[in-house]
Amino acid sequence: MCLAVPGKIISIHGEDLLTRTGRVDFDGVIKEVSLAATPEATAGHYVLVHAGLAISIVDETEARQTLEYLQQIDELNNELGGS
Amino acid sequence: MKYLDEYRDAALVRKVADELQRITTQPHTLMEVCGGQTHTIVRFGLDQLLPPAVELIHGPGCPVCVTPIEIIDQAIDLASRPEITFCSFGDMLRVPGSQRDLLSVKAAGGHVQMVYSPLDAVRLAREQPERQVIFFAVGFETTAPVNALAVRQAAQLGLDNFSLLVSHVLVPPAIEALLNSPDCRVQGFLAAGHVCTIMGCEEYQPLAEKFRVPIVVTGFEPLDILQGVLMAVRQREQGRSEVENQYTRSVRDEGNRAAQDLIRDVFEVVPRRWRGIGDIPRSGLGLTPAYRNYDAVHKFTLNTEQVAENSGECISGLILLGQKKPHECPAFGTRCTPQRPLGAPMVSSEGACAAYYRYRM
Ligand code: SF4
Repeated sequence: MCLAVPGKIISIHGEDLLTRTGRVDFDGVIKEVSLAATPEATAGHYVLVHAGLAISIVDETEARQTLEYLQQIDELNNELGGS
Repeated sequence: MKYLDEYRDAALVRKVADELQRITTQPHTLMEVCGGQTHTIVRFGLDQLLPPAVELIHGPGCPVCVTPIEIIDQAIDLASRPEITFCSFGDMLRVPGSQRDLLSVKAAGGHVQMVYSPLDAVRLAREQPERQVIFFAVGFETTAPVNALAVRQAAQLGLDNFSLLVSHVLVPPAIEALLNSPDCRVQGFLAAGHVCTIMGCEEYQPLAEKFRVPIVVTGFEPLDILQGVLMAVRQREQGRSEVENQYTRSVRDEGNRAAQDLIRDVFEVVPRRWRGIGDIPRSGLGLTPAYRNYDAVHKFTLNTEQVAENSGECISGLILLGQKKPHECPAFGTRCTPQRPLGAPMVSSEGACAAYYRYRM
């Protein structure tokens, strides 16, 4: 039930905080999503969506760093002399 | 990046599994709190990639599973009334109450409507002013902001035909109850990344300190979970017990303030009974007095007495506390299947029994 799916905001509609929405592209499926909990979200952002509400803006830099870190795990060990 | 496939990369999964092998020198028993994580672990067989000394046990993080039976009965009562349209996430429809489930109410002609979001229920209330629309507000902290938003939108629209039947639960009090239980084997936690996306990491600090357990806030994709395990194992191998954040692409230390404001405005902390587990103080959310008109329990006359859980064969309490695995239940896969569930963990897509049935039978 805590499932949240990432999608990309294509456009934003409305000004009022409680009813502001975005059209979000989930890999080809477009849905209207509330942006009431992500007031700073703009078109182009990836958001995590749970039950029709965007609950966070995905941090691109952090996402990349996590993957880079995992890529390098074994290289780091080799540099430190293995074992 | 699409933030999905990258976190399922087989070569990277292998690398992290190798690293785990390399650093593990002693047994580690870790619990993943969230049923969504359990599902990923069983689906991708991640438990089978771990060193034999690392055991994952499945936690109570399935809101459908822990909703008390008397609230399911209240939902069934409401849904059976002709003037009411009862809206719910699909997962709740097959959860057995003391006599029947919501699906059988629907089959008998009741107005039970499956929705994807509580905001859809608000829309329905607006379109059908002659009907009373109720949304079954079940969930953890992740779902509380959108339910709060639904109430705020209904209030803004001046709707007097919308209300919530609330059964909201909170994660930290459940972790504390678990750690206080004398049978607890858990030595470290993968905390639920979407709960912490809303609430942040700070409320886990006192738990990590008091019980000396590492708590790693973790995401939901295979690589997220393996990295979460790696971080927890590394902490234990180094004698640390800290709160760490694996899911940095979504979780900020302070959480999502706008979402927290929505929750605080509409809900307050209340005691809550967990199905299969029992009463846990300050472990739930209920509507504040200011929003009482949106509370179905206040608005309609309902039986609020406790209902005895039909004990029978179902050992869901032991499953939810991580003391037994689904295949250790004598009814698993025989008398209890997703088609004919005896207990909620076989119904919900986040229930451990359903995950084992789907991927391990
Ligand atoms: S397999 Fe069925 S009966 Fe056994 S614990 Fe799970 S839900 Fe209950």
